[in-house]
Amino acid sequence: MFRIAKEKLNELYAKINESMGLYIPIKKAGEVNYHVWGEGKEVSLETLKTVKSPKNMFFPQTEDMMKFKTEGNNIEIIDARFEKRPFVLFGVKACDYKAIEVLDKVFLAEPVDTFYQMRREATTIVTLACSKPEESCFCTVFGIDPTAAYGDVTTWLEGEYLYWQANTEKGEALTSLVGGLLEADNGNAVEAQKEATKKVLEKLPFAALDLSRFKPENLNELFNAPEWQEMSEACLGCGTCTFVCPTCQCFDIRDFKTNNGVIRYRCWDSCMYSDFTLMAHGNSRNTQMQRFRQRFMHKLVYYPSQNDGLYSCVGCGRCVNKCPQRLNIVKVIKTLGGEKK
Amino acid sequence: MIQETLIPKVGVVTDIRKDTPDVKTFRVVGTDGKKLFEHMPGQCAMVSIPGVGECMFSITSSPTNKEYMEFSIKKCGCVTEVIHALEVGAQVTVRGPYGKNFPVEGEFKGKDLLFIAGGIGLAPLRSVINYVRHYRNNYGKVVIVYGARSKDDLVDIEEIKTEWMNEPNTEVYLTIDREQEGWDGHVGFVPAYVKELGLNPNMTAVLCGPPIMIKFTLAGLLELGFDKSRVYTTLELRMKCGVGKCGRCNVGDKFVCKDGPVFRMTELDELPDEY
Repeated sequence: MFRIAKEKLNELYAKINESMGLYIPIKKAGEVNYHVWGEGKEVSLETLKTVKSPKNMFFPQTEDMMKFKTEGNNIEIIDARFEKRPFVLFGVKACDYKAIEVLDKVFLAEPVDTFYQMRREATTIVTLACSKPEESCFCTVFGIDPTAAYGDVTTWLEGEYLYWQANTEKGEALTSLVGGLLEADNGNAVEAQKEATKKVLEKLPFAALDLSRFKPENLNELFNAPEWQEMSEACLGCGTCTFVCPTCQCFDIRDFKTNNGVIRYRCWDSCMYSDFTLMAHGNSRNTQMQRFRQRFMHKLVYYPSQNDGLYSCVGCGRCVNKCPQRLNIVKVIKTLGGEKK
Repeated sequence: MIQETLIPKVGVVTDIRKDTPDVKTFRVVGTDGKKLFEHMPGQCAMVSIPGVGECMFSITSSPTNKEYMEFSIKKCGCVTEVIHALEVGAQVTVRGPYGKNFPVEGEFKGKDLLFIAGGIGLAPLRSVINYVRHYRNNYGKVVIVYGARSKDDLVDIEEIKTEWMNEPNTEVYLTIDREQEGWDGHVGFVPAYVKELGLNPNMTAVLCGPPIMIKFTLAGLLELGFDKSRVYTTLELRMKCGVGKCGRCNVGDKFVCKDGPVFRMTELDELPDEY
């Protein structure tokens, strides 16, 4: 284990930035999100929940996929992909890191989504362990330990130091790059922090949510549960939950006409929207209840059924904080799954 | 750069056949004049007009056709409307093939096969039927029941009359919904006709058509003693990616683009009723 004094962090960022891109939580217009680092930017590592998750580093909210040049009858297709410069994603919390693993299983499954893959392979992820979980956090329900060593490098912020541990080859490479700034550490401070954090985690209000009913074999029973109607009644279909969600990965592919051709791009889409499934001859999910049910069934039953039981929720709590109607996955789990005694 | 499935190829429309007032069949090849890619019966492809949109269509030609692919497309939405306005020589983009095919090299082999189609539902079946005709000795008796709103709505009637009806060990039954001048064949809905025909329940059946036709035809087949595990159909939902990633064409934990569009009725029974 290594450490670096907090007041030297800017030197660390500058060192990384010399040879790679660096994305880190930065406060801009009152909101903290992952932005490109630069001298004088207001870095906020301590912010537990960036407004948007870092998923847009690999799966941008909009991205050009290809261009078409049309002339008379002829169509020319121009690949819009380009090699990505290596970059470091710094300060990722355990929930958001686990969410990237959830996305990997979708986008890196055959046939591989190369738009995602090219960004993913160019990234070194530096996680930051949590020491002050918030009331809306429930990652432990999904078996995530927010104090543990995830990512290529894991860091812990404690007292006057940032502690540093490489976990992978990419992490080792980054460690050698900034090696001159790091000093050896015995790891005692990190151990003490982990113990203290675990005590807080046990007391979080949502820590006892019971997932045992959410299994593939209960798919039809859960789908047909009468509770969906009441649970979804207040849903406005605004899609906020899907946009702040670190694991929501649905997208749309659209064409945009420019002066000299067509750009085909993809953008985030939401299963909460009525035209998500709309076809010329009808809509398979006509009501907001069906769309609401789809979102939670996907996270808690469909996705796990396709991915060896892995849930597609990481308990980050963004939807708990952001839904204008105070609907969220916690209420769904409580209603259909209950809480452990 | 590594290949990306979402980036299509350019196709050229080399022939357009007007089948019915709202269905046209488009023949497509690559810009080099060759077939764009190989497929199996039941598989689909994404066809697009840049600037308008991209849609999933079943490939109606048989894989045994080594020269070109065909798509029978009904005019019913904003993309198909533009496709219908295309002329020979126009270019489109195509990517695929997507989805699982009918088990023509598996469960279908050696079996008596019953094909039941309604309207444009013939499109995916035409690929299987012509595949079976090509490898005729690998399969038993073939019975085809095909219905449409009127005689003018029967897709690809020329091929049915000149080729399918003259195929050995093959029976073709056509029906239209209402009496019409110039039609001396059967009149009535497909589900009722299927029951009337008193078909042999040991056949392996494939149904394709509007949901309401499938529902009632299936009920009729079960009454006749057909085994649900030997009845197949295809589903159709909105799609964007074609490879199980964009998230919209799922029925329960199955994606129609990737796990379908061909489903066995017993598989559908296990899925929630949301299609």
